[in-house]
Amino acid sequence: MAVETPEITRVEVVDLASTPLRELNRRLHELSGEASEPRRWRVLNPNGAHAVACGLDAAIEVEIEGHVGYYCAGMNKLATVRVHGNVGTGAGENLMSGTLIVGGSASQSAGATGRGGLLVVHGDAAARCGISMKGIDIVVCGSVGHMSAFMAQTGRLVICGDAGEALGDSIYEARLYVRGEVASLGADCIEKEVREEHVAELRALLDQAGFDDLEASGFRRYGSARRLYNFKIDNAGAY
Amino acid sequence: MLDTRDDRTPNWSTGSSWRPGLRESYLFDRNVIAEIQRAAREGIYDIRGFGAKRRVPHFDDLLLLGASISRYPLEGYRERCDTDVVLGTRFAKTPLELKIPVTIAGMSFGALSAPAKEALGRGASEVGTSTTTGDGGMTEEERRHSETLVYQVLPSRYGMNPDDLRRADAVEVVVGQGAKPGGGGMLLGHKISDRVAQMRDLPKGIDQRSACRHPDWTGPDDLEIKIHELREITEWEKPIFVKIGATRTYYDVQLAVKAGADVIVLDGMQGGTAATQDVFIEHAGIPTLPATRLAVDALQELDMHRQVQLIVSGGIRTGADVAKALALGADAVSIGTAALIAMGDNSPEYEEQYRKIGSSAGFYDDWQAGRDPVGISTQEDELAARFDPVVGGRRIANYLRVLTLEAQTLARACGHSHVHNLEPEDLVALTIEAAAMARVPLAGTNWVPGL
Repeated sequence: MAVETPEITRVEVVDLASTPLRELNRRLHELSGEASEPRRWRVLNPNGAHAVACGLDAAIEVEIEGHVGYYCAGMNKLATVRVHGNVGTGAGENLMSGTLIVGGSASQSAGATGRGGLLVVHGDAAARCGISMKGIDIVVCGSVGHMSAFMAQTGRLVICGDAGEALGDSIYEARLYVRGEVASLGADCIEKEVREEHVAELRALLDQAGFDDLEASGFRRYGSARRLYNFKIDNAGAY
Repeated sequence: MLDTRDDRTPNWSTGSSWRPGLRESYLFDRNVIAEIQRAAREGIYDIRGFGAKRRVPHFDDLLLLGASISRYPLEGYRERCDTDVVLGTRFAKTPLELKIPVTIAGMSFGALSAPAKEALGRGASEVGTSTTTGDGGMTEEERRHSETLVYQVLPSRYGMNPDDLRRADAVEVVVGQGAKPGGGGMLLGHKISDRVAQMRDLPKGIDQRSACRHPDWTGPDDLEIKIHELREITEWEKPIFVKIGATRTYYDVQLAVKAGADVIVLDGMQGGTAATQDVFIEHAGIPTLPATRLAVDALQELDMHRQVQLIVSGGIRTGADVAKALALGADAVSIGTAALIAMGDNSPEYEEQYRKIGSSAGFYDDWQAGRDPVGISTQEDELAARFDPVVGGRRIANYLRVLTLEAQTLARACGHSHVHNLEPEDLVALTIEAAAMARVPLAGTNWVPGL
């Protein structure tokens, strides 16, 4: 098959209805980035399987045709993973680089502890989106649930819809942008001025996420008041 | 600021000011009075390192029955008593094969200096055992100097890196710690150096309080999926450990087994910490002794004893502690506090320096403060430079050898050709409490309270 197909268009198809998940992940992990290897992969019938395409470490593209369970593209490096469906808990957890694009909605803890790369959610994301994020950029076209960006360290979270309660609780240096309503802010999270550089930053993030038709204006910016960085007894009530 | 111990002098308890007619309250002794007044003055709880300092039932409350007529002993220097242990035989393709049943517990770079981490790796590697990373990620020093390195996956995920997962020899999902079961990590601002800050993606100098729950899983069903993900990423090669603080041990062990753990690491309340509230260290969790019994019960009921290996930690100091823990059914033990002490922590050699920071050799527990004169629990370059990782590594190796020799000596005396052949029948208890907790008879009786 591969012999007659030009490398540039070759798509490796793996049907999880007939191939064990272990086999898929093993083949994806074996890729070393050499030109002779297939760069485009298509995964059929994921049927809510967990840990699909986790631990990738090569600049490949993986299209997943359907809904997946927990930890899809977890700890990804370099790869671009597109899910044409919804994703379960911890999608793109600890993302290092590369991109995870979710066509549907995401369950809890999307992008948790991500250290780099980009997570795009076209639908909504549930609670704790961007929890403990450490450098990842997350763009959610819809709304996010409660406690999103909890203890968020660095990186940027863009929410085009609304944010649930306690947004950015105990936030460190991450930057949050919300266009809709914020139900409430968590401890030490405050609204900050949107300056030109922030609009430019938003514009770049929206473009990168493929939302070039969305306006970068009308967002509010949130971040840390940095009052809880060192324990002071006067702040004990805030914890 | 948070280092609040300057006013506490270790000589308060020597009673030098006692005169006839003066009676100290048992409830309100001088330590209690000092702590109440410190709290009233500063308005913040006491944070310190080390483990529980109160007396709790421990392996000292058990004795080993040597062999005599009904069983015969093995010759001390002539007959073999093996000490090897294999960890991770349940699912992992490449289980850890250790030469001795004593491992080095997880301690972070951040809590400890880089040379101290290096020394732990050097010492453990010399005698064929493993060492463990900690909150804050894997350093090059410890990877380079540790032949067998266990990589911890903690709630904070500081420095979490799939490349480190792939170059680790085993993975340890940390649910809890004996010193603070239910609590998260703590690293105070004065220990957040440039390098620590960079590894943890945090600003320098802030008080870093890491989470007590994992960010992407809650409960045993999620844990099972998390373990599955870690196995997929590491090609099902590496053993997956689950570390728990000793609390509801029977149920926690069963749930960890159900979630797919290869190895359970069980840390009793005496287990050390780099920084935790004193009230937490002294008042939460159960001692290592009853926890070991409960864990073995849980494994036996599932028919998983020896299939899922059990590592016990929290107050292991001597080969006798090792032998007794193994006799109760543990496969191995881990040391943390004892390892630091072996490297020179609390050494009288540094008495003058300890006094300068308001402490004394034998009492020093301000591991959170980063001013350790020995250079172990610090991130100050000048202090860390005092610590020689080669000398420290040799001390660790020596100490691990002594623990092993002592455990072998006791096992041979009980007639066993492998330390794993020690069994509860080799044990009796000195106190009713220990008898009830370990479920072995009170010495000189056949009475096991509660049975």
